[in-house]
Formats: sequence, C-alpha cells, structure tokens
Amino acid sequence: MSGDAEQRATVRIAVALGATTVSALALAVVYLTGGQTQLEGIFLAIALGGLGYALVVAARGLLPQGPFTEDRHPLASTPDDIAAVAHDFEAVYDKGRYDEAESAEGLARRRLIGRMFAGAVGALGVAALFPIASLGPRPGNKLFRTQWRKGSRVVSDQGEPVKASDLDVGEIIAVFPEGHVGSADSQTLLIRLSETPVTTRPGRETWGPAGYVAYSKVCTHAGCPVGLYQQAIERLLCPCHQSTFEVSTGATPVFGPATRPLPQLPLMVDAHGYLCAQRDFDQPIGPGFWNRDR
Amino acid sequence: MPIDDVIRGLDRRLGLARFARTALNKVFPDHWSFMIGEIALYCLVVLIATGAYLTFFYVPDARQVVYHGSYAPLDGVTMSAAYQSTLQLSFDVRAGLLMRQIHHWAALLFVGAILVHLLRIFFTGAFRKPRELNWVIGLSLFLLALGNGFTGYSLPDDLLSGTGLRIAYSVLLSIPLVGTWLAFLVFGGEFPSNDIIPRLFVIHVLVIPALIVGLLTLHLAMLVRQKHTQFPGPGRRETNVVGSKLWPTFTAKTLGLFFFVFSVCAAIGGLFQINPIWLYGPFDPSAVSAGSQPDWYIGWLEGALRLMPPWELRLAGFEIPNPFFPGVLLPGITFTVMFLWPWIEARLSKDHDDHHLLDRPRDRPRRTALGVGVLTFYLVLFLAGGNDVIAAHLGLSINSVTFAFRALVFVLPLVAAFVTYRLCHELARRDPSDASPLAVLERTSQGAYVEAEPDREPVD
Repeated sequence: MSGDAEQRATVRIAVALGATTVSALALAVVYLTGGQTQLEGIFLAIALGGLGYALVVAARGLLPQGPFTEDRHPLASTPDDIAAVAHDFEAVYDKGRYDEAESAEGLARRRLIGRMFAGAVGALGVAALFPIASLGPRPGNKLFRTQWRKGSRVVSDQGEPVKASDLDVGEIIAVFPEGHVGSADSQTLLIRLSETPVTTRPGRETWGPAGYVAYSKVCTHAGCPVGLYQQAIERLLCPCHQSTFEVSTGATPVFGPATRPLPQLPLMVDAHGYLCAQRDFDQPIGPGFWNRDR
Repeated sequence: MPIDDVIRGLDRRLGLARFARTALNKVFPDHWSFMIGEIALYCLVVLIATGAYLTFFYVPDARQVVYHGSYAPLDGVTMSAAYQSTLQLSFDVRAGLLMRQIHHWAALLFVGAILVHLLRIFFTGAFRKPRELNWVIGLSLFLLALGNGFTGYSLPDDLLSGTGLRIAYSVLLSIPLVGTWLAFLVFGGEFPSNDIIPRLFVIHVLVIPALIVGLLTLHLAMLVRQKHTQFPGPGRRETNVVGSKLWPTFTAKTLGLFFFVFSVCAAIGGLFQINPIWLYGPFDPSAVSAGSQPDWYIGWLEGALRLMPPWELRLAGFEIPNPFFPGVLLPGITFTVMFLWPWIEARLSKDHDDHHLLDRPRDRPRRTALGVGVLTFYLVLFLAGGNDVIAAHLGLSINSVTFAFRALVFVLPLVAAFVTYRLCHELARRDPSDASPLAVLERTSQGAYVEAEPDREPVD
C-alpha cells in the first residue's frame, strides 16, 4: 500500500465520517423541530451510508488484503471417536455393576423403564394437544346458515327497508337482513332486472317479484365481496380473482376460477310493499369446503 | 487500561483467548454473491429494531372505535382499534411513519434477499453434500419469512390486508376433511372474527421471530462448522478456503454492508410511500377495491388463484374446492420438492461426494435450465397476480389477458429452460477459461522458464 493511496483513503474516510456526524445532528434537529418523514429518511440514510462507506474504504485501502487461506479438515469423525462416544453413551446400561446390566434381566428392566418414560411423555404430549381445541368453536352449522330468515325485511346498508318501488331497472344496491346490517355472511346484492317478475332458473318462479333478484355478495371462489356490476351485460365481477357471474341466469359463473353460481335469495313483497326474504339461502354461501353438500 | 482489565478479567473467568484467535482468523471468501445472505441478515436486524419500536404504538385489537385523529378524511369513521393505532402511528407519532415505512421496505428487501440467496445456492450447487441440512434450514427460514411478511402485512386491519386475510381463510377452508376446523381454529370462528388480529400480532412479533432467530443461529453455526464454499480459482481447492480473515478486513466490510443496507432502507423508507393504509380505508367485509395486489412475495399465489380454471373435484358427495389446488397443493408441491432437492439431485446425478467448490451455472446445463424454467413459471404466476392492472394499462379485456397467461405459464418456462440449456452449452464451448492450458510456464529466479504443474483444480 503506497503512502499516497493510504492518504487518499484517509481523506475519504474523514469526509464520510464528517457527513455522518453532520447528518446525525441534522436528524436530531429535524426531529426536535416537529419531524418530517422525507428529511428524516434522507439524513438517516446519509448518516448510515457515511459509516458504511468509511468502513468499506478502510477495509479496502487500509486493512490487510490477503488472500488468506484456511485449511478445511474432514467433517466426519474418526472411527475411534465414534466408538468412544458409543461406549460412553451406553453408560445408561451401567449402574456401576456391569454384570447386572449385561444380564438379560437387567437389560429387560432398563428397556421397560425406557418404554414407560416414552409412554408417559407421549401421554402428556397428547393431553397437551387438547387446549388447541379452545382456539375456535366447532364449525357446526355456522357455514350453512346466514342471518336471513323467513320474512326478514331487506334493508340497505343504512338500515332503511327497501320498497319494491325504490329501485329503477338496472339499479343495484347492497342489502342486509333487517337487524343485521354489516353481517359478513348475509351481505346480499339486490338488482332490479325488469318491471315484471323474473325467473332466473326453473324452480325459482316466485323468487324474483317485481323484477328483483338477490344474490349472496360473497364470492363462491375465495369469499371476496362481488363488488362490480357491469350493467350493460348484466354481469357481476369479483375484483379479487375476476370470477364473473351471469345475473339473468341465476348468477352462473362464466369466467374466472369460480365453479358455482352465487346463491340466490328467494324474495317476496310483503303487504306494505317492502321486499322480504322468503327464507334463508337454499345452500351455503361463499367459498367451498369439503362437506358443503352434506 | 480499563478495557484491557475487563478483557483479562473475562478471560480469567471464561478462558476465551484460543477460541477468539480461531474466530478472528476465520476466512471468508470474497465473492460478491456471498453478500446476498448477509443482506438478508442485516435486513432482519433492521426489522427487529424498527419492529420493536412499532410495537410500542400498535394496538392489536379488532374492537370497533370511532376515529377522531389528525387525518381529517377519516374523521368520524368507525374502524378497528388496530387500524386507528396504525393511523396514529403514521400521523401523530414523530418518526413513526419513517419507522413503519422502513420496516415495510426492509421486509420486502428481506424476503427478496433470501430468495436471491436461495437462487445463488441453487445455481452454484452449494446445497450439495455436506450442506443439505443447511439448505433445509435455509428453506425453512424462507417459509418463516413469507409467513411473517403476510402476518405483518395483515396487522393494520385495512381494507387491502383484510381482503388478503379473507382469501387466506377461504384457502384454509378448502383443505379436505380438516379445512373447516382449521379455519375456525386459526380465525377463532367464522370470518371475520375479532380474534384474528391479536393472534396474528403474537405470531408476528413472538412466535415466528423466535423461530427465525433460532434457526438462523443454527444456519450460521452450521456454516461456521462446515466452512464456506468457494468458486474454483487459483489456489482454491476442495481442501481449503481462500479469502479475507474475519478480523479485521471482513469485519470492516460486513459492518460497512450492514450500514449500507440500513441506509438504503432508511432512504426508501423516508422517500417512497408504502402501504398507505389511510387511502385503503378500514376493513369492511362487504367492500373491496379492484387492483388489489398483495406484497410481491405473495404475488405468485395470487396469480395462481387468478389463473386457475373453474375446476373442482366432487367425490361421493364431498368436494375439493377450487382454491385448494392453487392455494394449498401448488405451494405444497413447490416446497416439498425444494426441501428434497439436494437428495433428488444426488440420486439423479449419482453424485454422493462432498463438494466445497462451487459450480458455475453454465457447467451444469441441466440444473441451470431446470432452475430457470421453474423460476420462469413462478415469475409468470407473479405477473398474472396483476392481470387486472396489466389489462387496464394495455387497454385489453381482463379475459384475454387471463387466457394469455394461462398459456404463457406453461409455454414460457419450457422456452426459457430450452434457451438456457442451449446457452449454457454455447457459453461453455466458447469460454476460453475452460480450455485446459497446454502448459504453464514459470519464471525461475534465474530468469529461466520451466514447465510447472497447473495450479488450478480442473472444473468438473
């Protein structure tokens, strides 16, 4: 290392450490005067970068460069070492009286004790697993039901009951069963398709009074809210994974990963002109699970 | 001198001198690619430091409160206490936003550095005997890092992260037989539940970090015990390690690297906004925004979910739902094969020897081609995770973009693997350094030239 190069390195280190010191002080001043995220970041970065630069210049310009060589020794132990370890480990069979341990009776006794230890620890381990069950309730029928009941009035997300005359054809709103606004599994899309009753599928002749259809808003793929309605083509699109559902034919999936239609809520109009549910959805809403059809 | 006294006092009690001398003289190879793992290590240091700071302000509580803080657009909005505390941390705690953003950027960098480190190990064959176990530990660390990224990302309880949790719940639910139980145990009931936020918090700040620190200690202890691998070169053999000594040169270099990593995190954390949760709004199970993308390292899973055709399995009245295949099966196969790779390759190549000298990727065309192909597959999945953004930018329909990705995800990896294979052969053929020298001449002190034994170990 020539003296010249060493001097240049020293100057660089001095400048870098000077920058660190100044920036650290500036950082403190910024903080004390109210803080400012960008300035804090810049000064912290300069302070840290100065230290890093100084260290690297020192490592390259002032410290021994090598290359140094270190020998690599075989990792595996010698047969003698292994034999010695095995011998010492087998002291478990040695109670000071090797004769007894060597005897079949002594060996059997130790084996029995060993198995009892294993059994006891195993039992304790199994018992310790049970508290895991406290982490959550049994699924029970929670996945099979929502808050919709026979005669539940359809309300908006503000809790306002919806009259059959409220929506124009083509309009869509998110609705809930009365008393359960915000309920995640009961969220439903109410769409008015026409002025006259609509039948989306055979067997659903009474489900669409006054041109209204209602579908679960929870995507049957991964449970995202199906939030986008393409009115011109009467399709619902889930923004998460782009599953697309054909509204007029019972929300059948036409694109994306969803395999099942959005469940349809059977609607009716009560004596006061309010939209109500005939009953809960006829199948579990949302993403699939193994015993969904049971 | 007092420091001298302290050291002598310690040594009288612990007898450290011999150990310290061995440690100081430990040799580290100088190749740049060995710094990638160090970058991951230093990101972890930054993460722990900034993360500890964040815990002093964050409230892991999903109970609903009404916000009246200094961020006016959300005044009067009902939100969880967790979201509220994250807003306060961002707007009302001095240096809080900087810490939060450094933490988030460092996390992205952390997972990225681990991935690149993993690729370095793979493509140079550093996982081969005797380092198979450290490959397994390293992969476990990668998984833990992914898990901690996802749990941390979910803590603010904003609309975006809530959507991520919702999808995670649905993926859990899709597992045959145990899915419903598992989902209810993890989430404390049907989604959305108030239990999940405090649980994620403990997992994020205690369980996974403890595992990471424990496994990382093992990772490094094993590295010290087995010593580093090195690329072939003059004087470098299977039986030695050539490079800088721990003290002082390597220490100065690696400390310098630490400060650089921290500096970069500070710079981007200060200057580039990340995860502006106040723009997303609080979590609401009936709301979602289009263009929702997770952090980059979950992107491949998101892409797989989006590309999966509408298939499910129905058997005897039971069903295996669609998200199971891209959400559980794909990562399950991915990581199983990766965990077993050292043994798979040893069996395929019938090579069961110890290796301390690294491969150049071009000298292993089949492994390199396979690695590039698989990497391309996940890269396409990652891009497919942004299919809505791509469609919007290119003015194409989301459907055609998705159909294109469904084809590309199988075609591109094959093309990439084939091109890589040819390229490796071509490079190896043209590389003059691989041509064995006819003779090596050495100049003696008398000025005469004599033929010497080649110093280099032959490559392969």
